[in-house]
Amino acid sequence: MNALRKYFDKIKPNFEEGGKLHAFRSLYDGFDTFAFVPNTTAGRCGTHVHDAIDSKRIMSLVVIALVPALLFGMYNVGYQNALAAGQLENATFWGMFFFGFLAVLPKLIVSYVVGLGIEFTVAQWKNEEIQEGFLVSGIIIPMIVPVNTPLWILAIAVAFSVIFAKEIFGGTGMNIFNVALITRAFLFFSYPSSMTGDDTVWVAQNSICGLGFDVPDTFSAATPLGEIAAGATALSTSFCDQVIGLIPGSIGETSVIAIALGACLLLWTGVASWKTMLSVFVGGACTGWFYNALGLSPLDACQHIVLGGFCFGAVFMATDPVTSARTEGGKWIYGFLIGFIAVTVRVLNPGYPEGMMLAILLMNLFAPLIDYCFVSRNISRRAKRATSK
Amino acid sequence: MANVIKLRKGLDVNLKGKASLETMQTKVEGRFALVPDDFYGMKPKVVVKEGDVVKVGDALFVDKNHPEVKFVSPVSGTVALVERGERRKVMSVRVDADGKQDAKAFSEKDPLKLLLESGLFGFFRQRPYDVVANPEDKPKAIFVSAFNSMPLAQNFEYVLQGQEKEFQAGLSLLAKIAKVHLGVCVCQKAPALTAAKDVTVTVFDGPAPAGNVGVQINHVDPINKGEVVWTLGAEEVIFIGRLVLTGKVDLSRTIAVAGSEVKAPKYAKVLVGQPLKAVLAGQTDDSKSLRIINGNPMVGIKTSKDGCLAAHATEVTVIPEGDDVYEMLGWIAPRCKEFSTSRSYFSWLRPKKTEYTLDARIKGGERHMIMSGEYDRVFPMDIYAGYLVKAIIAGDIDRQEALGIYEVAPEDFALAEFVDSSKLELQRIVREGLDILRKENA
Repeated sequence: MNALRKYFDKIKPNFEEGGKLHAFRSLYDGFDTFAFVPNTTAGRCGTHVHDAIDSKRIMSLVVIALVPALLFGMYNVGYQNALAAGQLENATFWGMFFFGFLAVLPKLIVSYVVGLGIEFTVAQWKNEEIQEGFLVSGIIIPMIVPVNTPLWILAIAVAFSVIFAKEIFGGTGMNIFNVALITRAFLFFSYPSSMTGDDTVWVAQNSICGLGFDVPDTFSAATPLGEIAAGATALSTSFCDQVIGLIPGSIGETSVIAIALGACLLLWTGVASWKTMLSVFVGGACTGWFYNALGLSPLDACQHIVLGGFCFGAVFMATDPVTSARTEGGKWIYGFLIGFIAVTVRVLNPGYPEGMMLAILLMNLFAPLIDYCFVSRNISRRAKRATSK
Repeated sequence: MANVIKLRKGLDVNLKGKASLETMQTKVEGRFALVPDDFYGMKPKVVVKEGDVVKVGDALFVDKNHPEVKFVSPVSGTVALVERGERRKVMSVRVDADGKQDAKAFSEKDPLKLLLESGLFGFFRQRPYDVVANPEDKPKAIFVSAFNSMPLAQNFEYVLQGQEKEFQAGLSLLAKIAKVHLGVCVCQKAPALTAAKDVTVTVFDGPAPAGNVGVQINHVDPINKGEVVWTLGAEEVIFIGRLVLTGKVDLSRTIAVAGSEVKAPKYAKVLVGQPLKAVLAGQTDDSKSLRIINGNPMVGIKTSKDGCLAAHATEVTVIPEGDDVYEMLGWIAPRCKEFSTSRSYFSWLRPKKTEYTLDARIKGGERHMIMSGEYDRVFPMDIYAGYLVKAIIAGDIDRQEALGIYEVAPEDFALAEFVDSSKLELQRIVREGLDILRKENA
């Protein structure tokens, strides 16, 4: 530990004002604060002692919470590939996992390299510290795209969303929309054929480094929601598989169990608001039940929640503290409407089999309005108090 | 029976080094300092020259805008130095004590005049703006909090022992100026507090910052735009009581000398402006990097071993500075010794009695406000703290007013600053917001 500290102290002058590597100051800062808790002390006035929690730890917790879903997603990529090739009995657990790992890893790398690259550049340019927000967005992005999304498209989408959804607003904490969802929305509307298209995007088609299997070109597999949107009345996968996550879908969204593990961590540590999370589920379940009762949807409330990106969105994206409602009362309304809109889009709009992304983005837009109403109540209460005297 | 108000929001931080209930006596010697900055919002005009001989109660400086508001010497002796900083700003007026404590006698009958003449009015603060009170205002009430709930703070009930008569005399005088509200803690049983005469007693039951006078005002009689409330420290009420009973100014306090780096934390009887050497000599390990704070670790002002007791400070605390600590991989390491309100650390597993040694590091980098509801958990007022802070940062004066900036003081944001994961300097931000608003409304 001391040796590393000494090394940092030794190279530090190069990155300071006037040093020959000053152009990489943000990079140095990023690694230094990553390795050691900064020992900046409090100012002359103000609070002299501080809670040990900081945004680095909060973001790291979210990343850890995402890991089970990511690992399961990798396995599922291999599983779907073997299933499509009809080779399930010849595939091993580790074989399928490593196939998925190799299929997902490039996406993860592209997402982080492009996104963090922009973050570092902006931090250097604005002479600020690196903000950790993208650590979370960077892992979420590969998890909410289909496995066959081309890397170059992903790179463009990440660059677009980091610049236009985050940095122009002022960085982490100032953005209006969830950055990961903007990436997905960009892909969804700019490259629709790579995102849903002809149902060939959900299953990896070719073997990688000798792992996995080649799937016939004519093979296509729709997500369960895709099947329903295409007019089916019954699903080709069992409810049990849907809960475990052995169905086609975006990489990280399929397993309810893996997502539930992450949810437990987020709720236990208080990083995610239980109010937002619960109300999304309540909103989705009520709406699902309602449409099912009316006969508009063959899926019942439970299936609406289990399928598609509902759980993933509710746990990891609706609860994004920056873009969700910030008032405690507002969180209930915000969450409920996400659930409601997500299921409504699924049921009433035949063009979009999945509505979670659009629901969260739409409610991101309305979150400030919801908060405005709650804050206005406080303001008018104060005004009334003044005039009643 | 007094009205009891129960507060749920807040946070008690259990720091190591609480002062034990015994009092150390100190000698009146050395170079005392009265610092104009301690009386925030006032422009000092020095009325003594170096070499002047002063008595206890002689004015050292006055407020330029209200010359009747005087700030007086706590000791008798010789004016040694008028310390000036940049642009000739008065940093402090220093008096060499002669140890005799000759005191000037005051005999004004009018309560306000008596307070102004004796210099005790300078200890009043007003809301809005949390600045020295303006004697021309008609306050709607005077609020006194008889307890401080911040970590390591002075236990007023202990300080009060033997001074009950003075405390009551002080309250009675205040009651002649305006309605007086006394806030006491549910744990305080002394009849001098719970059965104080001439005042309205309200009992508060809850974690810090229940002892903050701002919180008490918000629950008892919130401030509306255009109204003025005066506040006064509980020990300063005793100053007034002494003046009423003896006709002389006696600015002696019983402060807590506390903190994890004090060898034997206990109380000390000192005067306002007394050199801290008197209480810290032999109590600290000088080989360590330490932070000496005039006041408690939540709202105090950083000073040094050579500093003097600040005018409003009821405790002096010493904690490790922490600038020599490098913790590796703090974003993931368990860091079992750290205190946190977040369950990502393990302090929630440890018994409530566990005392923590916290240093002065901010333990993170400053970020934009990310998490929601963090401040509200420790902000027991009917105010959206996060929105108010944002309005101040944005410089939106109308919105600050609407969100209740007139009701708050920087100290009310101390715990919010403690728990803030974005490490914003909330007290500084609120102070600046109040200053701008005061200028605009002037």
